[in-house]
Amino acid sequence: MDVVVLQSLEPLIEALTSSGYTVVGPRVEDGAIRMAEISSGADLPAGVGDVQKPGRYRLTSGDDGMVFGFAASPDSAKRYTQPPRQTLVRVRDEAIEEVEQEAPRVALLGLRACDLAAVAVQDRVFAGGRHPDPAYLRRREALFLVAVNCAVPGGTCFCVSMGTGPKAVAGFDLAITELASPHRFLVETGSERGGEIVALIPHHPATSVDIDAAEEVSRTAASRMGRQVDTDGIQEWLPAAHDSPRWADVASRCLSCTNCTMVCPTCFCSTVEDVTDLTGQVTERSERWDSCFTLDFSEVSGSHVRSSGLARYRQWLTHKFATWYDQFGTSGCVGCGRCITWCPTGIDVTEELACIR
Amino acid sequence: MHPMTPAPFRVRSRRPVRADTVSLTLEPVEGPCPPFLPGQFTMIYARGVGEIPISISGRTRAGGYLQTIRAVGAVSRALCHARRGDLVGVRGPYGTAWDVPAAAGMDVVVAAGGLGLAALRPVVRELVAHRSRYGRISLIVGTRAPMTLLYPRDLARWSHAGIDVQVTVDHPDHAWQGPVGLVTRLVDRIVFEPRRTAAFVCGPEAMMCAVADDLVRRGVPAARIVLSLERNMKCGVGRCGHCQLGPLLLCLDGPVVSYERAARLLAVKEL
Repeated sequence: MDVVVLQSLEPLIEALTSSGYTVVGPRVEDGAIRMAEISSGADLPAGVGDVQKPGRYRLTSGDDGMVFGFAASPDSAKRYTQPPRQTLVRVRDEAIEEVEQEAPRVALLGLRACDLAAVAVQDRVFAGGRHPDPAYLRRREALFLVAVNCAVPGGTCFCVSMGTGPKAVAGFDLAITELASPHRFLVETGSERGGEIVALIPHHPATSVDIDAAEEVSRTAASRMGRQVDTDGIQEWLPAAHDSPRWADVASRCLSCTNCTMVCPTCFCSTVEDVTDLTGQVTERSERWDSCFTLDFSEVSGSHVRSSGLARYRQWLTHKFATWYDQFGTSGCVGCGRCITWCPTGIDVTEELACIR
Repeated sequence: MHPMTPAPFRVRSRRPVRADTVSLTLEPVEGPCPPFLPGQFTMIYARGVGEIPISISGRTRAGGYLQTIRAVGAVSRALCHARRGDLVGVRGPYGTAWDVPAAAGMDVVVAAGGLGLAALRPVVRELVAHRSRYGRISLIVGTRAPMTLLYPRDLARWSHAGIDVQVTVDHPDHAWQGPVGLVTRLVDRIVFEPRRTAAFVCGPEAMMCAVADDLVRRGVPAARIVLSLERNMKCGVGRCGHCQLGPLLLCLDGPVVSYERAARLLAVKEL
């Protein structure tokens, strides 16, 4: 694997743009770090950090000039691998036409190791089974993934427990570690097309000092996890704990608002909706994000399998940490902590799991 | 083709089978119908309304699907009102099948509650087609009223073909002389050698569990009692997440599941 050092990200952003990619990276918007289109290195959130706690997210500002000095954004790659709404078919007169789904060439800059792990989970869901989704595969192929190794984990992070981070080891085209004094970027190449982009920009080979400094960043990050989960045997003990009194306790705090499932980078559940135009001639059928926290998610013949909030919370948590293995051969949780941060009542999955156990 | 794209089918015939239920035969606009196994389902799409899973009840002589639909929601209501020649969308067949040949050499109990007989019809046809391979075959059917009995002509034919067909109703009319009450009561009226019996059960969940528990009590191994389960389903191909029952995605791991596997899952309320 080639490892080089860049003095600035500007040439990388230019090379990606000139190679036909729209570059999407971290930007301060709406008081949060969002994943949005960026046109230059100046768009990156220099000196911005974040404080994340259960039910709390605040940006901080400093003058260290670091552009990746924050943890997970409320956005993940999911918006690009599984867009929130996709038109599937158009029905016109007597014909059912499949709608060609867009597969934009997008370079996602700043994905964390947990985000890469989440993409790998989605690959299993949408492309790993008996009914692979060709549109998903085209979207994936069109995505250029630039990972950033975390330097400052958030207060709700637990990727070390889930074995997904903090260092990106696979699934990226390029992986960046931001280094201080002097400010520079160590870039690892993870694919052929990653190497082609690096070849386009001025760089010099990394020295052992650079490589050691990058290793130290990941080592330090690993030691600063905000949360942890004991996953030992979780596939067995969590489903077996279906009658734990803790479920009623957490259900009393859960609003069934669906926030956790919307920010989760692996939650893939969807529903399908028909919209017919005013002439009645054309019907469009689209798939959109859904959540197991809604009542009608489990509707069968007018009644609901999971009518209580307790059952819906239990379904989500048990699926995420245990039954996902049965269905897709992997955990559904990558330890990004987003569900904890963005829960309006601050429910902490790591705390719930510890209590249920 | 995208797994969510329905193939255009036409309604070839529509036959009301009782007040709220119709049997449709569906044929592809182009090409042959994909083959199906007993127990599998298709996702049928009513334009502008939505899509639902429906068991395949049989194949027509022209090669189409026979599917029986009860009007309970918006989509099933729209499909029940479909007219001859109407365009519908069909995806599938999907899901696991009843392994009928595995019951060769054994006694067979087929238990249907309500619309469950629609999913079991291909099983009984398979049993009848190879009658000599099986021991005693019993078909027990529970239905609301004599008027709501599905496929009465098939039942008569199967009875002639050497199957012990018994029907019970919840609400008898004046002409009814048969048993009244739950289908579980018929389990005591049929003859089978429990240790050498395979059972195929489909109906409302409570009915299936009651019948399966009865059969287990009589000594039928739970692994040889097979149910067909129902959950909300938006895709049929393992991507919408709606049909989960614990570890199972019923569109892929079901709908046909052994009682050995299903019993402990169904025992958990609101799983």
